[in-house]
Amino acid sequence: MEQLTALIIQKVPALAVAPWAVTLLLIGIVAFIILQFAMVFAGFGTYLERKIAADIQGRIGPNRVGPIGLLQFLADGIKLILKEDIIPTAADNHLFRMAPYLIFTGSFAAFVVVPFGFSLIAADLNIGIYYVMAVTSLVSIGVLLAGWASNNKWSMLGGMRAAAQIVSYEIPVGMALIPAVLIAGSLSTQDIIRSQGGLLGIFGWNLFHNPFSFFSFFLYMVAALAETNRTPFDIPEAESELVSGYNTEYSGIRFGFFFMAEYADVFVVSALATACFLGGWQIPFFNAASLPPVWANLLSLGVFMAKALALVCVIIWIRWTLPRLRVDQLMRMSWKYMVPLTFFNFLGVSLWVLVFKGKGIPQMIASIFG
Amino acid sequence: MADLVFVLLSILTVVSALIVAGNSSVIYSAVGLLFTFMGVAGLYVLASADFLAATQMLVYVGGILVLILFAVFLSNRISDAKLSNPTHMRVPSAIVCIALFGLMSNAAVTTEWAVKTNVEYAPTTAVLGRLLMTKYLLPFEVVSVLLLAALIGAALLSRPESAKAALKPDMEEGQ
Repeated sequence: MEQLTALIIQKVPALAVAPWAVTLLLIGIVAFIILQFAMVFAGFGTYLERKIAADIQGRIGPNRVGPIGLLQFLADGIKLILKEDIIPTAADNHLFRMAPYLIFTGSFAAFVVVPFGFSLIAADLNIGIYYVMAVTSLVSIGVLLAGWASNNKWSMLGGMRAAAQIVSYEIPVGMALIPAVLIAGSLSTQDIIRSQGGLLGIFGWNLFHNPFSFFSFFLYMVAALAETNRTPFDIPEAESELVSGYNTEYSGIRFGFFFMAEYADVFVVSALATACFLGGWQIPFFNAASLPPVWANLLSLGVFMAKALALVCVIIWIRWTLPRLRVDQLMRMSWKYMVPLTFFNFLGVSLWVLVFKGKGIPQMIASIFG
Repeated sequence: MADLVFVLLSILTVVSALIVAGNSSVIYSAVGLLFTFMGVAGLYVLASADFLAATQMLVYVGGILVLILFAVFLSNRISDAKLSNPTHMRVPSAIVCIALFGLMSNAAVTTEWAVKTNVEYAPTTAVLGRLLMTKYLLPFEVVSVLLLAALIGAALLSRPESAKAALKPDMEEGQ
């Protein structure tokens, strides 16, 4: 960011009087682009979700607005904006208004460290993965407050379930990401992706690094599904028991915030899985640094988005295939199975990195054949 | 720029801390606490302690604050949660507060702080990790054992009565 500011001031000397304004403007532009991405992705996500759901259930799905219903999300968005923003009289006015913002901030803040491409990242924070874990804790507060402020039994139950679920599954999510951190020796998402490059192509991915990191990927996906409150772990929203959980009383664009936060979460989960286990933006058999910057960024963006969107499709596919768990089953699964398994994986990967000096199985096989 | 950010963050921290102390509803106090934590985390970032800031968010917002909210929501008098922070004994508490404020501000003013100028924004995670695994290994392990003991205690206390009863004969035999 500082280099970019310096570059702009160098190009336009008149701006040198207020360098902080340039920095502020740049931050604003980057934030705006990412916010737009999150919005459009949420729209695209709803379309994808409805189409895949329809395919799985043998229906047609949205097909009226635009070609094959592609513009359906615009219609939905306009509808959400135009709808009346109802606040129940018995609800706690301030908290009711604030909760969706908290949830959306928590989900959206994670985009800061999503590595879209070779040098396409809002801020390559040194604490990358840890930062994501930290900001998502805002979501649990938001969900609790939304449930309580609605002054409604279903909302309350949904909010408490959601918060309990997010807090419980935060631990396996974090522990399942640690193998990638250990192998890369850094928490930064860009460093983790860089550690997965090399001449091995897809076998340089952390997924194939060793058996423990292989399992970690699946543990992460399961735990992350639960943390985003999606089926088969959508107990907080369980329509059959709780109407719609913590967002029962919300309408209009405030409801839209919950929706956007959910799809932003789905994307962040897929993006982190891609970055930590599936090689991120690494173009197989090519060194992105040796390409001209524009091509390196475009190609790596394409590779990253392809992987992340494939994972998004898998998450949607799971939602429309599996039935919902019960509350007690969910908690038992987290504390009795996921947490010990991720701890075991953590120990295994630590030992592996220690004993084999960070070398993965593909690397060892490659070294046998010279 | 940094000064302006510092002032803004301090205002956020202090104002929300006042809400924590002054509001009559526990829930509002908890929300005030949320913004206090965020302000403090921002101050940590300004002091180039990125790891500490994230830990602050993770532990205090994601853990302790959720716990506080849960405790309020699960209490029987949930309907009174809107007015659950009554003030008692105004005069004694005011005296204690003023005394404490005087003591702390005196300490803050008279202490010779080690002032670092031109702080470089260097990553702290690796350094912290190395120190925790070498120089401060013993305190680190002691704290983890303490936390483990607390966890086991909580698990034991929250067991259903029947399980506790089944456990008792074994314990007596053991004696």
